[in-house]
Parts: sequence; structure tokens; C-alpha cells
Amino acid sequence: MRAVRAIARREFAAYFGSPTAYVLLAVYLTLSGYFFYSDVAFFVTFGAQVLETGLWRYVFIDFRLVTLLVLPLVTMRLFAEERKLGTIELLWTLPVRDYQLILGKFLAAWGFFLVTLVLAMIPFAVFYVYHPFALGPPTAGFLGLLLLGTAFIACGLAASTLTENQVVAAMVTYGILVFFWFMTWNEAVGSEWIVRVLLLLSLFDHYYSFATGSIQTADLAYFALFTLFFLYAGLRSLQSRAWRGVV
Amino acid sequence: MGSPRSITASGAGEICAEHLQKAFGATIAVRDVSFEVARGEVIGFLGPNGAGKSTTLRMITGVFPPSSGRCTIAGHDVVREAIHARSAVGYLPERTSLYGDMAVEDYLRFVADMKQIPHREVARAVGRSMAAAGIEHVAHRLVGNLSKGYRQRVGIAQAVLGDPPVLILDEPTSGLDPEQVSEIRALIRALGDEKRTVVLSTHILPEVEMICSRVIILAGGRILAVDEPANLERRLRPFREYSVRLAMPTPDVLAKIGALPHVAEVASRERDPLSVPHSSAADGTEVIVRVEHGFDMRREIAATAVGSEAGLIELRPVVMTLEEIFLALVGGEGDRRANGGASRSGPPAAPAGEVH
Repeated sequence: MRAVRAIARREFAAYFGSPTAYVLLAVYLTLSGYFFYSDVAFFVTFGAQVLETGLWRYVFIDFRLVTLLVLPLVTMRLFAEERKLGTIELLWTLPVRDYQLILGKFLAAWGFFLVTLVLAMIPFAVFYVYHPFALGPPTAGFLGLLLLGTAFIACGLAASTLTENQVVAAMVTYGILVFFWFMTWNEAVGSEWIVRVLLLLSLFDHYYSFATGSIQTADLAYFALFTLFFLYAGLRSLQSRAWRGVV
Repeated sequence: MGSPRSITASGAGEICAEHLQKAFGATIAVRDVSFEVARGEVIGFLGPNGAGKSTTLRMITGVFPPSSGRCTIAGHDVVREAIHARSAVGYLPERTSLYGDMAVEDYLRFVADMKQIPHREVARAVGRSMAAAGIEHVAHRLVGNLSKGYRQRVGIAQAVLGDPPVLILDEPTSGLDPEQVSEIRALIRALGDEKRTVVLSTHILPEVEMICSRVIILAGGRILAVDEPANLERRLRPFREYSVRLAMPTPDVLAKIGALPHVAEVASRERDPLSVPHSSAADGTEVIVRVEHGFDMRREIAATAVGSEAGLIELRPVVMTLEEIFLALVGGEGDRRANGGASRSGPPAAPAGEVH
């Protein structure tokens, strides 16, 4: 665990040692703040009665887009930069296992996202001061957002192991995540059976229940599996140096 | 001459490579490489670019496993006991890449954590490694702001951190200016003096001559030779050679020198296939006298020349530089490849089984 902690700490410090982290934080908080404000304005203007379906659902669905926009830009550097700088070779010669490298990097990006989410809660706190509300539904929403972001990070990390080009890593991540989003948009793509399977696999369909304040075990399991699958894919990709060399 | 031990690993060395082979798809980068490095030995890994040096070192350091064969470091198999084996190695990669956004000391503390150096020993270990590399005064500077020479020193400091018994340095002076090269070589020599096993990979031959006791020469992914430079010379040159510069080399005096015991041949410099061409215009004419190994005939040659009308100007032994040895071996390999591997066109008396 010491090596994992060391990698996570180094990576986390590296985020905040460059302006990129602050720019990404600013973008996330500005966009999420705007969405929060506009959704509250919509809720008030149109006199919706139920917070869960009239406000929180819209807020968290909008936050999902901001998360989709920002997180691939957070994860793209994780291994791609190590490859580009050549520092990965030194890491591979240290007495550390590949899964520890994956875990350390993952925790660093996850920590960054956690900080982002905590800051994104500020508008909720201000809103609560003026208009107290039940905390359960937004808590479920944030939990969903955290799980969704965790899945995004795992996917982005796996993509980052593939290349030394950060832009390519980000684009691969966008491609995979957007595919998991769009895959259920058109029911004409296949039979009812296929659509049912696609719904089971769809990243965002598993997020909707959280957005409306409901926590389903199946959704928790889905996000856990999605995350583990991509972490494993990242591990295998790192190990591929055995046949593709240090590139 | 090098013993068979130097070619076929017996398993007793600090580094023991047995029939290492590495293929990337259809390309075989390293084939059947076996060698052994004894504890405390400083060995040079020589080869032209693309010879397979870095690939071999990457297998030894555990960057990737060999396609076949095995390697042990301090008795630990680099694949099956990878963590133990890596703990015994300090590695400086060819491209010394460090985290430029970290201060030197913070970076070394990070490496100490990765090397699992006990917490209470980290400060001391980091201090010792900085002292060994001579970088204490830049401890709080960002690595990215250091000169290339200092970054190389930081790379060496991370390699020696935790006092690993084996150091593997891949092209440690590449890209440095002459002053930095001299500093890094002195540093490597000092590390070798500490009874560490050091493998120095380079294509800069004087570097090996200055630092290493034995060399492994690779070309085309194969080992061509493993031995001490002096033994390699004996192997490539069947005779000891003397350069004799005479004012008037008459046939009579040359015949007298040729008739001396243990003298095999008296030849003109230009006929020597292994020598570097050089000017003989200044004074006199240079002849090469070839003598059987194990006999020092300088006194007799001098007496013969002085006793005649030839006029002895200079008499000196001709020693092959490592560069000449290297070119002879690698050139021989190139010729063999050009001939489809059918012939061995290297130096005539290279004994089979020692020069691969």
C-alpha cells in the first residue's frame, strides 16, 4: 500500500502543481454552477412542485454532462505523460507491481474528482441556507455522480495506458463513454432483446435512478463492474509491453 | 583468454543471464544471450546502436520479460521473483526521464517509498544518495530546472538509493557536454570502487576502457565476445606487435630481425588489416614486428637494429585500442552477415567458442 500511496500522492500533487487542474476545476465549477442556477430558475419560474423530479433530476443530469466533458481531460495524462516523458520505464524497474501503479494513479484522479465534487456542493449548501430541503435525494444524486465519475476515470485511465499522446487518450475516452451513452438512443438498431441488453450495458441509464434520488443495488453493481473492467483493461494494457515493447 | 564461464552462465554470479531471447512480433531483438557478472565487477556492455543492449538491460531490470531464457539478479529470477530482483537493482535508463515538477529531495523520497526503504531510514538513505551523486546543494531545486548533467546525477542518485548491490547504467553520459561527461565518469568509477556490481552500457569505447574490467560486445542482438580488453586483443591478434621505426630499413637488417627467435613476421604497417592508418612521413620508415605471445623481444630487436646501419629511431609495443577490437569484432560480424552467415571472415585466429 505504501507504493500506491506514494504514486497517488505524487500524481495528486502533480495535478495541483500545474495550471491544468485549476482550469479544469474552474470549468467544472462554472458550468455546474450555471446549470444549478438555471435549473433552480426553471423550477421556480414554472412552479414545479416536487424537488426530486422538478429540480434534482435536471441538476444531476446536467452535472453528468459537465463530468463527461471534464474527466477525460483529467485522466488523459495519467499514463500517457509517463510514456511521453519516459518516466514509465523507471517505474517499471522499481519493486512495484503494475496493479499498484494502476491503483495509485486511479486514486489520484479519483481524489481530484472528489475535491471537485465537494466544491460543486457549495451551491447546494447556499440553497439549503435559504430554503432547507430533504438531503436524501441530492445525496443519492452526488453518490451517483461519484460512481459515474469513478467509471469515467477507470475508462480514461485505461485509454491513457494505450498511447503517449494525451489528446488521443482523451479522444478514445470520449469515444467509449459517448458510445455507452448513445447506444440506447435508437431502438431501431436491433430486436427488442438486443435493446434490452444494450439498456443493461448503458452507462447513463444506470445513472438516472440516482438523479431522481433512488439508489438501486443493480446500478451500484453495474458501476462497480464497469470500473473494475476498465481498471483490468488498463492493467493488461500496461502488461502488453511484454510483446509490444517500451513504446 | 576468457573461460567458457564468461559465455555460458553457471548461475553463481550476481547477474546471471541464460539464453535470453526477446522477440517483438517477427523481429528478434535479442537472441541467445548468456553471460554472468560477478559480485563487485564493473562490466561494459558495448555495441552499436540497435545491437540489443537496451533490450537486454530491460529484460534484466524487469521492464519486460524475456521471450525465452532466464535471468537472475542476486539469486532472484527477474520474472518469477520480480519484486525481489528489482529491489536488488538500481537502474539508470538510457533516456533519463525524471519528474521535472518535483524538487530533487522530494523526488528521491518518492523513489525511496517505491523502493520500500523503511520509513525511519528514508532521510538517511536520501541524504547518502545525494552525497554519492554530489547533489546535496540542489536538494530543494525543481528537477526540471536543473542542467542536463545535474539531472543525470539525480538519475544516478535514484539508482543508488537504498544501496542496491547491482547498478545498471544505460548510456549514462549520452548527450552531456565534455565537462559533465568527465564528472559522470568519475562518479561511476567511485561507485564501482564501492564493490558494487556495475553494468555500464555504452557505445563510447574510451568510457569502457577507463571504467570497466571486462566487456560484453553485442551486435545484431547476439553476443560477439565477453572478456577483458587485453584478452580480446590476444584473441584477435595471434601475435604481440612492435612498431619499429628505422632510418634506413635495409633488407639485411629486416632479415636479421626476422631471424630472431619467437619473431613470426616483419611487415610493413600498411599490410596490417587491424591497424588504423597513420602517417610515417616525419622520420624513417615504420615496420611491424610480430612476436609470439608470452615473449618480450624488445631488447633483442633494439640490439639488432642498433648493431646494424639501419639507425633505430623508435621502438614501441602496438596495443590495440578497444575501438579497434570492437571494430574488428563488429566488422567481422557484418562480413559474416553479408556472406549469409556462411563464413567467418573476422580476424584469422579468433578461437571458436569464445568469439561468437
